[in-house]
Amino acid sequence: MFACMHASGAGARPLACAQDFSLQVEPTDADTVILDIDGLGNLFGTVHEIAHAIARRAGFPVNIAIASNPDAAFHAARGFTGISILPQGDEAKFLASLPLTLLSPAEEIEETLARWGIRTFRDLDALPDLGVAARLGEEGVRLQKLACGESSRRLRPVEAPPRFEETMELEYPVDLLEPLMFVLGRLLGDVCARLEERALAAIELRLCLQLENAGEHARAIRLPVPMRSARVFLKLLELDLEKHPPAAPIVRVTLAAEPAKPRVTQNGLFIPLAPEPEKLELTLARIAAVVGEGNMGSPELLDTHLPGAFRMRSFGTSRQWAGKSAGPATLAFRVFRQPLAAKVQGSFVSAPGVRGKIVRQAGPWRTSGDWWTLSAWARDEWDVELSDGGLYRIYCDANTGRWFIEGSYD
Amino acid sequence: MAAAILQTIHLKLHARPDAELMPSGIPGFDAVLGGIPRGSVTDIFGPASSGRTSLLLALMAQATAREEFCAVVDASDAFDPTSAAAAGIALERLLWIRTGGNAEHALKATDLLLQAGGFGLVAMDLGDIAPETARRISLASWYRLRRAVENTPTALVVVERTPLARACATLALECARSRIQWSGAPGCSQLLRSVTFAAERRKPMRPASAVFEAQERLDNGWRSEQAPLSRERVMTAHLQR
Repeated sequence: MFACMHASGAGARPLACAQDFSLQVEPTDADTVILDIDGLGNLFGTVHEIAHAIARRAGFPVNIAIASNPDAAFHAARGFTGISILPQGDEAKFLASLPLTLLSPAEEIEETLARWGIRTFRDLDALPDLGVAARLGEEGVRLQKLACGESSRRLRPVEAPPRFEETMELEYPVDLLEPLMFVLGRLLGDVCARLEERALAAIELRLCLQLENAGEHARAIRLPVPMRSARVFLKLLELDLEKHPPAAPIVRVTLAAEPAKPRVTQNGLFIPLAPEPEKLELTLARIAAVVGEGNMGSPELLDTHLPGAFRMRSFGTSRQWAGKSAGPATLAFRVFRQPLAAKVQGSFVSAPGVRGKIVRQAGPWRTSGDWWTLSAWARDEWDVELSDGGLYRIYCDANTGRWFIEGSYD
Repeated sequence: MAAAILQTIHLKLHARPDAELMPSGIPGFDAVLGGIPRGSVTDIFGPASSGRTSLLLALMAQATAREEFCAVVDASDAFDPTSAAAAGIALERLLWIRTGGNAEHALKATDLLLQAGGFGLVAMDLGDIAPETARRISLASWYRLRRAVENTPTALVVVERTPLARACATLALECARSRIQWSGAPGCSQLLRSVTFAAERRKPMRPASAVFEAQERLDNGWRSEQAPLSRERVMTAHLQR
């Protein structure tokens, strides 16, 4: 059995109301929805009681019709006010008085029927089948079937947008990581199973922990590529929570995944070696737990003349490769990340760990920059070969007059 | 006769295939040594300014040019991205891990990277770690790294002052500086042009020494033999402060 709700100018309210009663809901047009009410009898009783329950829940003026097929219910709801129950087998009699305009026929057919004097469902139903088929074609036959309340079409239910979110209220506040991981493992299993059902993966995980002191602890893990491995997610969340533990015991856990299309890769014998993204993400999280998050990544040079200026970007294997060919061997430089404060006396240089007489030198080269800001810099630099065998770059800060060893050539 | 054939087949089946070599792109080095072996540990050791880092950067530049990913575990925090980019390394294919002088963290990070797999070259830079500190790394740790890299296409390179991996390394190269080329006459404006290094194979004990030259990066344009300032005047001015 099918119920149809029709309310002019009610917006999305009929749809929301229908979804409270059934999962199989078809929004037929802007004011009308059809829902499958099979099985509701166990909850509400007869079809009359179901119709009244729907009307009560709606709370606004609505036409409700119940019939054995969706189209009969649709036309009855649009044609009669209030609640209409169409007895099975007598749909044609019930719909007989409705005007033909409810069938929304094509303009040409409407004109033809008007010329014949056909104005109601009853008139169209009374026409001979073969004659209608011969004169109005397939569309005419379809309209005649609708007019007599016969339809065999299936409902086209609207699918609610999928939500990949799980919440669990805990029986007692959890203040240790291990029992929390047990809960998260279960939630992740459910979320990943739902993602798998729809052939999707997750690009971001959002964890919201409701704390005992009414606060919230929210964490978000953005993944470099879409993934769907509950085991990897659990380990990532564990490492993240170890680094950023909540401030109070947890009473409720909400886990959500942002869906994305899964990664599609074409493997081949001649494709260069690359780390697997899932494994790499886990490894990077483990290394970050050891060395700190800001101490790893891909270096990126900054567009400045300031020597050694760079920033760290997150490392990923999916980034586009700029395509660079290796050139001839160049002299590498090893940086003293904190330049060594040095003393230069005549041709003798001394600094912690470095001490020697200047054997040969090249320079000076004066550079400066950022003079328009508070962090202005200026320096004169030399390349020096010391008697200890080292080849160093030293500079004198033009602002302070102090000498430093920046690093060594190696 | 049949027994001899069977024995030959048996020997050939059980013989370990030669490890695939990873070239450095330096003609003098590759012609003599062929490169460094994959699936094993390579020690590159020598004092400061002996060409260890130049050799490492050349190896990484070749690896990234082949579209492989590289990782450098920098225990000394001495890695210079500008120098790496000048050597031709595609920085977006390089994972740089800074352990801030902590050799233990460097070992752990290297182990995790090798377990994850997928890198063409993993380098552990202990070049500025004091030998007495570096020697505290137990042999068991090196064995663990050797086991992790074995039978993988990854090459593990350790840069250090003295050989540390010892028995666990398949190849040990000792680097030394042989010549510095300066342009210009002493006493007037000069320019560091290039440094010639020598890499001598210490393990396996088959005498071989490769000589290679590393040129100073002069592509930034502001360094030239004609220094913009009078050297004597600037030096005197600095010394007078």
